[in-house]
Amino acid sequence: MTYIVKPKLHHPKLKQNALGFTHRDYEGKVSTLCAGCGHDSISAALIQAFFELDLEPHRVAKLSGIGCSSKTPDYFLGQSHGFNSVHGRMPSVATGASLANRDLIYLGVSGDGDSASIGLGQLAHCLRRGVNMVYIVENNGVYGLTKGQFSATADKGSKSKKGAGNQDAPIDLVSLAIIMGATFVARSFSGDKQQLVHLIKAAIEHKGAAFIDCISPCVAFNNHPGSTKSFDYVREHNEAVNAIEFIESKAPIKADYEPGTVALVRQHDGTYLKLKKLHTDYDPTDKTAALAYLMAHQAKGEVVTGLLHVEPEAEDLCGRMNVAKAPLNSLNEAELCPGSSALAKINAELR
Amino acid sequence: MPARLERTNDFVVLFANVNGSGSASANRTFARSILRMGVPIGSRNIFPSNIQGLPTWYEVRVTEAGHRGRRGGTDLMVAMNPQTWDKDVAGIEPDGYLFYDSTKYLPPSKFRDDINVIGMPLTEICNKQYSDPRQRQLFKNIMYVGAISALLEIEPAVIEKLIGEQYQGKDKLIAPNVGAFHIGRDYALQNLKGALGLKVKRADKVGDKIFIEGNAAAALGCVYGGATVAAWYPITPSTSLAEAFARYSRRLRTDADGHNKYAVVQAEDELSAIGIVIGAAWNGARAFTATSGPGISLMQEFIGLAYFAEIPAVLFDVQRGGPSTGMPTRTQQSDILICAYASHGDTRHVLLFPCDPRECFEFAAKALDLADRLQTPIFVMSDLDIGMNEWLVPPLAWDDARKFDRGKVMKFAELEAGKDFGRYLDVDGDGIPYRTYPGTHPSKGAFFTRGTSRDRYARYSEEGPVYVDNMERLKKKFETAKKLIPAPVRTDAREATRFGVVHFGSTTCAMDEAIGDLENNGIRLNRLRLRAYPFTDEVIEFFRNHERVFLVEQNRDAQMRTLLLDTGLVDANKIISVLHYDGTPITAQFIVGEIGRRMQELGRISIRRVAS
Repeated sequence: MTYIVKPKLHHPKLKQNALGFTHRDYEGKVSTLCAGCGHDSISAALIQAFFELDLEPHRVAKLSGIGCSSKTPDYFLGQSHGFNSVHGRMPSVATGASLANRDLIYLGVSGDGDSASIGLGQLAHCLRRGVNMVYIVENNGVYGLTKGQFSATADKGSKSKKGAGNQDAPIDLVSLAIIMGATFVARSFSGDKQQLVHLIKAAIEHKGAAFIDCISPCVAFNNHPGSTKSFDYVREHNEAVNAIEFIESKAPIKADYEPGTVALVRQHDGTYLKLKKLHTDYDPTDKTAALAYLMAHQAKGEVVTGLLHVEPEAEDLCGRMNVAKAPLNSLNEAELCPGSSALAKINAELR
Repeated sequence: MPARLERTNDFVVLFANVNGSGSASANRTFARSILRMGVPIGSRNIFPSNIQGLPTWYEVRVTEAGHRGRRGGTDLMVAMNPQTWDKDVAGIEPDGYLFYDSTKYLPPSKFRDDINVIGMPLTEICNKQYSDPRQRQLFKNIMYVGAISALLEIEPAVIEKLIGEQYQGKDKLIAPNVGAFHIGRDYALQNLKGALGLKVKRADKVGDKIFIEGNAAAALGCVYGGATVAAWYPITPSTSLAEAFARYSRRLRTDADGHNKYAVVQAEDELSAIGIVIGAAWNGARAFTATSGPGISLMQEFIGLAYFAEIPAVLFDVQRGGPSTGMPTRTQQSDILICAYASHGDTRHVLLFPCDPRECFEFAAKALDLADRLQTPIFVMSDLDIGMNEWLVPPLAWDDARKFDRGKVMKFAELEAGKDFGRYLDVDGDGIPYRTYPGTHPSKGAFFTRGTSRDRYARYSEEGPVYVDNMERLKKKFETAKKLIPAPVRTDAREATRFGVVHFGSTTCAMDEAIGDLENNGIRLNRLRLRAYPFTDEVIEFFRNHERVFLVEQNRDAQMRTLLLDTGLVDANKIISVLHYDGTPITAQFIVGEIGRRMQELGRISIRRVAS
């Protein structure tokens, strides 16, 4: 099987962004996923987010593991380098890549099998290290490529397509991410593109580990009654805590909203997140409260979405490790090799 | 009354201590004092997988002849550990010496009639001198160094200077240590004069040689070779390699603004460590990991990815006794096959076999070049004996004109000029394609890296011919490796012979010594020291040119033999395996004994005297 190549011609009046790129410049190959797959909607949201942020596609590195979700980096940002690594190990590859060149934008795409089962350890450690990346899990509660086995995010009691009930407790990725020290944690739904695009944009601009758990129904194996990851179920139980808007302006914005309904969160780079509070008591900078809120609503079968936690002044891995400003992969012999005179000194100490 | 062993600059001292008692630094001071007297030594730690409480030994072979391997046997036992007393006393050569703490009475049954016993009430002296229990313990060590060095006639000024260097920056510790040293020394001079027949006599055989661990040397090789990302998971005996890289980098790789021109990540496991290395190398940084056998087992899947997707990676395998947890603090050469064929499917990897710390330094830098040039994992096959012991080697050298070989990387200008870029396209006929670093060009040179089959332009394909085309190119690339790897070292016997011996890695020091002993026994062997895999024509020729070839390895299953036979070019009947795998470093004595016995069986030689 080979991929179908998209025609390069497009309408001359397609909208351009500040870099003169059109939407098409952010696309990739034609998707080979099932028609209606939630993952394709996430790819579309990613394309829109990068287009709207006026980012050069080739300055993005896309990394993934194995599974349906992990195939998607081939379907967007065709001018970016991509790396489809091994199952559950994308986080370590992304960690290494981000150390080699701190100037690129790192996008990790994973699934619930990839990140909640085989790769749970790597997910946790990547987040606690604060790798500067967007880590998005396309969460459908099911193994697609191997045809319908439960994943570790499937809710207890939910039913498989063949009618079997899941007996194991689910792993709640957003709670885990908060506990592990991710400094930007959000949940969204592939069926809510508007919310998702804003969250992705904010995550890209966040300096540190930005984690998005995106419920993305599997139309082939997990979109039936009895599933808690179906389009219908998520639509009915979606409980958004806030509506987010990413504001590029670095000047403080005067809030002219009703008090308590909007919060402006200043990020590390001086940009702002405008959070329209749908639940006025929800404070995403309060980790403890966020966890309690998530647990309470999860118990009611609700899917809490929105920006759940953010530490605006977070520091990333390269910062914590005091890594040189110039990308490590750009340093040459003169910058890296201490030379024979330094070696003579070391030899002398070893006598 | 036993006779007395009388030897100068040629004897073995073994210190038997309790782990965590602070003996290591005192013993090291003792070892270095002999070097400062111009007399070469071979030193080895024999230690348990434990931090405090279990027995540990430190062996110093004083050898003016400059032998670097173990000799076997003990001439002077410094028995400081009651737990191992019986074994330690039993291990002394007849007419040898036992030095012990005589504070507590021991019945005569605890000694031997055929050894010379030197007692010194160390605990009593210490208790009299110090009130703090920790001081009593620590100063006891430097005190026995004082006594023994006096009996061996080591110049006190040499040790005083070493103590000064050791505590440089913590100057208030110098005087008490020098003081304790002299208490021990004075006691020996007054009470034990003439008790020891072993002497250290100043010589000039050390020259400009340095005393360094293989792991530290390998780490320096990584600094000099331009590694910027190191990822690792703690595992004996490789831990000190990663730690030394961090230490040397802190010192040598901080930029003018105080930022680090390196990154060291202690990963959550070995899978993550190799993943970080692969991610960094994919993105154009030089990266390495250091591990041991269990880590290599865990890294298998990622190694296959790096092989197939053609990503540079350098792995130091500081081998220990396997399988499983095996003997974590003992040495072996038993990861050869798992590294050569790491991962599922058809894979082959380049292996380098350093023979001492100096080659650890050279091969580390070389491995970084090879990884970039060949775009594949490179294994540096060290072991515990080289990695965790200090060896006396020629000083490390670096040519300031040397450039890093970053391999075939297509840059912006070439892409912009319209040069055809196919990530897996063999443009030069050597099987090595060009790669691009992420972020190079806005519209050219991007590709999708994957572990699945793909065509020459990195497009996913499971077509049979496309897959075969790629696999054949990888095979060709492995052939190209033969031209780039360190060549084997051949040393012929003084007279023509039809017999040969092949060895590699840490066996070399024992072989250096054994070859002379064998010659003295009328056994002449041409030597070939393997330094890398794949095997070059020279290696194959060596087997063709000899009637029989001894192949010396430190593993049970003759793994190097399997690898040689796998070429299909070596006659299995010609190989006689000499295998040593009990976890201790192989000795010249063992090699001479085994080869002598086999030659006798072959009826080729009548042995006058097998081993000394």
